[in-house]
Amino acid sequence: MTSKQKIEKNKLSDDKYSKKSIKNLNSSNKKSLSTNEHLELFRKMYLIRQFENACGQNYANGNIRGFLHLYSGQEATGVGALSSLNDSDYIVTHYRDHGHALARGLDVNRSMAELFGKKTGLSKGKGGSMHLFDASKKFMGGHAIVGGQLPLAAGLALSQQYDNKDGITICFFGDGSTNQGIYHETLNLAAVWNLPILFFLENNMYGMGSSIERVRAGGLDFFPAMNTYEIPSMEVDGMDVLAVREATELAREKILKEKRPFFIESKTFRFVGHSYADGQKYRNQDEVIKWEQKDPIIIYPKKLIDMKITTNDEINDIKLEVDNVISDAVKFANESEEPSLNEIFDDIIAE
Amino acid sequence: MSEITIREALKIALNEAMEKDEKVFIMGEDIGEYGGAYAVTDGFLKKFGPKRIKDTPISEQAFVGAGIGAAVGGLRPVIELMSISFSLVAFDQIVNMAGNIRYMSGGQISVPMVIRAPTGAGVQLAATHSQSFETWLAEVPGIKVVCPSNSYDALGLMRSAINDNNPVIFAEPALLYGSKSNVPDEYFEVNLGDANVMKEGDDITIVSYGYGSKVLSDSAKKLEAIGVKPELIDLRSLNPIDYQTIIQSIQKTNRLVLVDTARKTGGIMAEISANINEKAGEWLDGPIVRVGSKDVPWPYNKSLEQEVLTDSNNILETIKISYGI
Ligand SMILES: Cc1ncc(C[n+]2csc(CCOP(=O)(O)OP(=O)(O)O)c2C)c(N)n1
Ligand SMILES: [Mg+2]
Repeated sequence: MTSKQKIEKNKLSDDKYSKKSIKNLNSSNKKSLSTNEHLELFRKMYLIRQFENACGQNYANGNIRGFLHLYSGQEATGVGALSSLNDSDYIVTHYRDHGHALARGLDVNRSMAELFGKKTGLSKGKGGSMHLFDASKKFMGGHAIVGGQLPLAAGLALSQQYDNKDGITICFFGDGSTNQGIYHETLNLAAVWNLPILFFLENNMYGMGSSIERVRAGGLDFFPAMNTYEIPSMEVDGMDVLAVREATELAREKILKEKRPFFIESKTFRFVGHSYADGQKYRNQDEVIKWEQKDPIIIYPKKLIDMKITTNDEINDIKLEVDNVISDAVKFANESEEPSLNEIFDDIIAE
Repeated sequence: MSEITIREALKIALNEAMEKDEKVFIMGEDIGEYGGAYAVTDGFLKKFGPKRIKDTPISEQAFVGAGIGAAVGGLRPVIELMSISFSLVAFDQIVNMAGNIRYMSGGQISVPMVIRAPTGAGVQLAATHSQSFETWLAEVPGIKVVCPSNSYDALGLMRSAINDNNPVIFAEPALLYGSKSNVPDEYFEVNLGDANVMKEGDDITIVSYGYGSKVLSDSAKKLEAIGVKPELIDLRSLNPIDYQTIIQSIQKTNRLVLVDTARKTGGIMAEISANINEKAGEWLDGPIVRVGSKDVPWPYNKSLEQEVLTDSNNILETIKISYGI
């Protein structure tokens, strides 16, 4: 087999999975969603967007400090992917983690409180924006060394394999982490050990200010390189929540059935700077505007209304409800207690 | 009571843990088919099978990281590094991940994992294979660091390390794998963090650990020959450090010599010196004295290497000069 053929094979011969548009989706027989499921996807994406907007405001007014990386623009990817997982699956991600946390259903109040550094935060104010954790939901962070979370995820998958558990581990990472040695080491390890892990690349075309064109040999697509590791892979339109959901569902099934890893490359875009301090000198605003045309917060509900799955009123009701959730979360975070100074030495060593 | 080598003691502890707890597994480079670079896990693959004795690719970052993940997922991995010098390749995972994840998660996560690694110079492996990075790792708050100098401690510390719910760096002096000493037949553990008073004496407290403790035993004989009775302390643990035992000793001897077979500068003994000075300086009749290996990359040539490595004569000389004995 030539390497090109092999790539095609690994890409999951059905090209329909690579670029599925919302328009076609209802015709997909087995995957058609109920109205409630559609609305829940929209609600989650809108929740994330509004959470991020609130974070921006509270960074500006000094309630949130440190580094703040917003997920705005990538909602369809996180929500699509996590909506198709279940309770037995582990989630591991990087520092741009608010979207994944909320998509997994982590408590909005405690997430916001963590960003405010409060005692009521998920990590009692010890982790901050980049290190969100909720072990009770198998949400294992929030990791801020680029690429460092990859083997952690492989190890969690190893524990699932070792104990013969049903779940998989999904590991999110950015295009920037693919130039770390640890990325290649982990892909290889997962492949030789047949680990039940879903490598989920959020290719938003930039690692901080570096476009992939400037820092990556081998072109703009990452999934074909999975051929090297014999990891089946596919590409998905990361601005299309249904396509991402379906791709992830399929990947999960394949991982459990074939007992080996899978790789998804989701092409997406962050609408905002890398972190709050970013003036975006490295990119042209035209590019941002072009991607904003695909904004899932606007496009998806519009499609749902066009397809008569929902109404404008229903969408507005959801927005109102979510806006209240967010303002309540900010209020909760604001009013929460600071951690006590006596807690400095807690949570270092386990009994 | 039986006389066994440190290698045998480690084998006993690992074998026992594997038999007792399904969740314990071992991984590392060439630990299975090959039997381990220092033959500690020789025969294990045959007995326990490939699920629990995992040969890894040469990917320290990935398999140390995967060990952390497995521990977070409820297993109890024991990871072997071929040399503690190779821990540098995995430092990010050890320090940033294993050391910090519990704190960053507000105590939600624990990492019950042991990383075993041969440490130290003296076997002519030159600069890249002879270092003692347990001293660097001892600075990290979220991980424990221990190092045995005899078979009793190797067995007792390994039992405790595997039972512990934290990441434990288990440094094994490369020069001592074949060194023999007595071990009781009854089950025992050595608490992580307890130093051992190897020998009691009234005149001078000398502290070391690992291979350095062997050097202490040699220098004690030489000191006794000139009428000095040293009290010898083997730290056994570099994090936490048993300051209480050291302080109790200097309250009796009023003199403290700190001996390291790692490089002298920036080592664990500098830390102990500063701390004793702060905590119990009033008990000392003279300066705290450090003896350590020379601050150079480890040379290959045998006589050069021996010249760099701390030995009992270095200790004797330093004591004579510093205390005018
Ligand atoms: C090892 C390491 N090097 C550099 C950084 C600083 N840094 C943080 S995020 C980032 C860009 C990563 O980009 P990517 O992986 O594409 O994720 P994205 O921010 O696009 O979501 C950099 C350089 C870091 N945190 N860790
Ligand atoms: Mg990126």
